[in-house]
Amino acid sequence: MLRKVSALAALGLALIAGPALSAPHPKEPKAVSWGFEGPFGKFDQAQLQRGYKVYREVCSACHAMNLMSFRNLGQKGGPFYDPKYPNPNDNPYVKALAKDIQVNDIDSETGDVIQRPATSADRFPSPFANEAAARASNGGALPPDLSVIAKARSGGPRYIYSLLTGYAAPPAGLTVPAGSYYNQYFPGDLTASWSGDHDHVPPGGFLAMAPPIQPDQVSFDDGTKSTVAQQAKDVTAFLAWAAEPKMQERKQFGFAAMIYLLIFTVLLWFSYRRIWRNVAH
Amino acid sequence: MADTVVGANPDPHAPGEDPSRRDFIHIAAGAAAVGAVGALAWPFIDQMNPSGDTLALASVEFDLSKVPAGQQVVLKWRGKPLFVRNRTPAEIAAAIKDDNAPMPDPQPDEARHKPGKAEWLVLIGTCTHLGCVPTFQGGDYGGWFCPCHGSHYDTSGRIRKGPAPRNLEVPTWDFLTDTTVKIG
Amino acid sequence: MSGHSTYEPKTGFERWLDMRLPILRMAHDTALAFPTPKNLNYWWTFGGILAVMLVVQLVTGIVLAMHYVPHVDHAFASVERIMRDVNYGWLIRYMHANGASMFFVAVYIHILRNLYYGSYKAPREILWILGCVIYLLMMATAFMGYVLPWGQMSFHGAVVITNLLGALPIVGEAITTWLWGGFAVDNPTLNRFFSLHYLLPFMIAGVVALHIWALHVPGNNNPTGVNVKSAEDTVPFHPYYTVKDGFAIAVFFLMFASFVFYNPNILGHADNYIPANPLVTPAHIVPEWYFLPFYAILRAVPDKLGGVLLMFGAIGVLFVLPWLDTSKVRSMRYRPTARLYFLIFVVACLVLGFCGAKLPDDPVIPGVSTFQLFDADLNSFVWLSRIATAYYFAYFVVILPILGLTETPLPVPDSISAPVLSHPATTPAGAVASPEKRG
Repeated sequence: MLRKVSALAALGLALIAGPALSAPHPKEPKAVSWGFEGPFGKFDQAQLQRGYKVYREVCSACHAMNLMSFRNLGQKGGPFYDPKYPNPNDNPYVKALAKDIQVNDIDSETGDVIQRPATSADRFPSPFANEAAARASNGGALPPDLSVIAKARSGGPRYIYSLLTGYAAPPAGLTVPAGSYYNQYFPGDLTASWSGDHDHVPPGGFLAMAPPIQPDQVSFDDGTKSTVAQQAKDVTAFLAWAAEPKMQERKQFGFAAMIYLLIFTVLLWFSYRRIWRNVAH
Repeated sequence: MADTVVGANPDPHAPGEDPSRRDFIHIAAGAAAVGAVGALAWPFIDQMNPSGDTLALASVEFDLSKVPAGQQVVLKWRGKPLFVRNRTPAEIAAAIKDDNAPMPDPQPDEARHKPGKAEWLVLIGTCTHLGCVPTFQGGDYGGWFCPCHGSHYDTSGRIRKGPAPRNLEVPTWDFLTDTTVKIG
Repeated sequence: MSGHSTYEPKTGFERWLDMRLPILRMAHDTALAFPTPKNLNYWWTFGGILAVMLVVQLVTGIVLAMHYVPHVDHAFASVERIMRDVNYGWLIRYMHANGASMFFVAVYIHILRNLYYGSYKAPREILWILGCVIYLLMMATAFMGYVLPWGQMSFHGAVVITNLLGALPIVGEAITTWLWGGFAVDNPTLNRFFSLHYLLPFMIAGVVALHIWALHVPGNNNPTGVNVKSAEDTVPFHPYYTVKDGFAIAVFFLMFASFVFYNPNILGHADNYIPANPLVTPAHIVPEWYFLPFYAILRAVPDKLGGVLLMFGAIGVLFVLPWLDTSKVRSMRYRPTARLYFLIFVVACLVLGFCGAKLPDDPVIPGVSTFQLFDADLNSFVWLSRIATAYYFAYFVVILPILGLTETPLPVPDSISAPVLSHPATTPAGAVASPEKRG
């Protein structure tokens, strides 16, 4: 009885996991992996630093990260964490990185809006004043905020990496609208723009973002070769950290919790057997 | 009492074994349960402690060149007003002269500023009586005056007259450079 | 069985308290000495698991409410602040979000246990109905709770579900406007959902108290479905079932922890990490997994009002179940035919859940196109939903009433103790029953 029901439940769960295969769909994200994945995953600090550089030099021109503050960069698990500075506000790297960026402020004497160097307590500034300005600068499309993008797309980091490296020449027969670019991993239905066989519509969609990363665009201070794939991998790791800065802590806490629960369960099992020893049941 | 194999109130311990109900395994399981609850209690207690963004504003840096001589600037720090006062030599002299005068909370002026920089006073702008914000240069001693209940502070921020029990509090602060200070 | 109390106050303080507020007596009678059938299997541990999960949700929820801001401009950011800045906020938030799913896993198993063992049958009808009330309150609470993070799914899910009320004739639109507090789901809606989401769990706790009271009048059902005949059939709740429930709760927490720590977002939807945008509808609006079967039933009916009525009817039919099932035998252990239909019922529920996540017009078997039946191809999820919905209702309204009258059940044991000898005590009989040592 129990076996039947659990087998059914497993079957049910397995079926639920399957995707809808009928409608045109983007290509499955590339199979790439990062060190932070898995139950013992950790962020690679060097990778996060490179990833921050890619964000700052490439992505931040259009994409905001409103939920991130400079001090987050110095937190435990973050790209510039230094055990000597447990309070990230004091971290000299964080202060220096912040000072490089101008943020809006109000002049306390005149009341005018001015620009001043950021401090570690400031949030990452938005490249545009508001949504309308962002759309106006990007052909009507709104570059999404990247604070939680790694959790906000199905496929997560794999999807982001695939998108960044997945631009391809459009196949013959595909009409790409002006101001858009074809990407095999971007969700969309290209049936209307496809002049070929309607049972073989190319995967992917059109997005307003041009291929954002060029080879050697961001030079890495640690000497890592700055290929498109490397930059994409690093910035994706940074975005994954930004979406879940507590991931490492969560997994470490989880390990301790699971061990404790396992021991607790075993103790309770033996306690149960002891108590029920004399009862026919 | 007829106890059978399928006993009504089955004896958890059969005769011939330890009569103690406090079998080790039960104590261990119970202790593990208490331990789990205790360990889990800490996150729920700690979450009420100041969070990351509050701690981020725990310290503030300030450029002293904004404060002309004889003036003060009021900053907001940790949700409270902070007085940064650039004292004139006359004000400093008046404060030192009264170092031994009778006052509710005696304190020499040099204990209230950084060595060699007597002109800079950094004080928490909350009256030590009931928390109102004293006004600048008011009162009989040229320091501050609290309008709520009439406390007079001198040019060192010490309480001289009125109901306040203690001098205006000096927070933890220090010079980062000659012209910038970090408070907190 | 609610018999007379066996509590004996031991200390002076206990006697003093017992005369003024017999709360220790009540605790002793209901949770320590309560005579419980000794043959309960692990399906019976889910009541205790549910009680613990309710406490978990209450405690994590109250703590989250210290940091959450129920305003459309701040809700999403306040949740992210909890995840990033509040000490252990990430733990509390993930416990609350995954705890809701665990709560529903437990409640579904609990309901299926009741269906299989006939725990809804006389004299436990009120107990069952109170359980249905708890289930409804849980669904309302979970629905409103999911709106609070104000992600895309939160917002558009709220839009879809509140719009359902518009299907009601005459009063529909007025009720929807009243519920929204405006012309659409917006800040007033979010604010009141927060207030009600905070309130309802305490009402659940109250109904749970009634539920346990109603349980303690006849006492627990058991896998044989046979009433307790004598004290010989029972054991005191403590320590026998406190330890067994404790073990089951620990195993359940292992599963809960594996979600919280290693896969906290897998039961949710990525779109809910996109801040709500009333002008952009997600490609695929899906409720949380525990609502999927009802979503499938809703979309199975081509008419909006019909879908709403059938969806609520799916829960409504549960309320009258004690009077639909005509069988004189409680437990399906002794009803082999009913057991088969029950198994198909479980499959139908799983199929409905599966369909709820799919687009109605998508084919079940990909690439295969059969014929159009009314509004959709037969090889489509909407038709699969219709078949499963038909079985769902048929099970309650047709199968159970008829089966009770036509089936031949297996012989039911005379008492709980009779079939129990298949699992004897581990100490030999003679050692226990030595008369010299007994008074």
